[in-house]
Amino acid sequence: MALNRKVGFFQGLKYQGGGTMFAWMLHRITGLCILTFVGLHVISSFFMQQTGSEVATRINTIYENWVFQIFVAFFVIFHALNGFRIAILDLWPKYLIYQREALWLQWCIFVPVYGLLVFILVQRSLAGG
Amino acid sequence: MSIRSVQPGMSFEYIMWIFTRISGLAMILLAGIGVTAAFMMGARTQMDLPALMRWTFFPNPNHVVNSNIPDVAVGWATAFWQIMQMLIIFFAVTHAFNGLRIVLEDFIGQSYLKPMLRGLILLLWMFSLITAVYVILAS
Repeated sequence: MALNRKVGFFQGLKYQGGGTMFAWMLHRITGLCILTFVGLHVISSFFMQQTGSEVATRINTIYENWVFQIFVAFFVIFHALNGFRIAILDLWPKYLIYQREALWLQWCIFVPVYGLLVFILVQRSLAGG
Repeated sequence: MSIRSVQPGMSFEYIMWIFTRISGLAMILLAGIGVTAAFMMGARTQMDLPALMRWTFFPNPNHVVNSNIPDVAVGWATAFWQIMQMLIIFFAVTHAFNGLRIVLEDFIGQSYLKPMLRGLILLLWMFSLITAVYVILAS
């Protein structure tokens, strides 16, 4: 085999991997988490509505809890912003030379938007949910 | 992990690659429409943040009537919103199951399990779409 892909996680991040590998990994993780949590919520809502199941109600109560929502918001907003960068660069490949700037722009948009959302979620929960 | 064998030219993988990008952009656009409509219907003063998020990502009647805006179900139970909902859910479910397929295929590689995996994901995809359309139309 010409290519040895058996590289450790921190090795990959330090050498050549960097921010883009971290973003790729986070994109996969957030995608799977969205599928799991939103899918569970959809299924529980369906059963809650149709049969009034107690398990389904408990799952939905956890889902609507503000602490859980902080995680869900991270998954969704990161996946959407990262995906937006990937989609734009894939559909217009001549801008790939600006990959590093695009990654910076992505994080500079993500941090204030997500920070504001967390602030609002925490403030509302402390004020009485 | 082994090398995925994607052929050049028109193929299932190529079409799904394009669909993933287009559907991602479409979902962002549809969420933008949802947020705008929510604000037009009174979200600025009469809705809290979780209700706004429910309206943005999936304005089905169940989400909408649980916010404290009076007479809101009337505006939302129209054909326009039901069709928009079905668009969102079609893009989201297909995008999600394609993503799941890619991640799992990266771990399975070339083996006899691959067609079985694709069949299973196809069934889950159809089941999710049918259930979602039922929820949109029947709640």
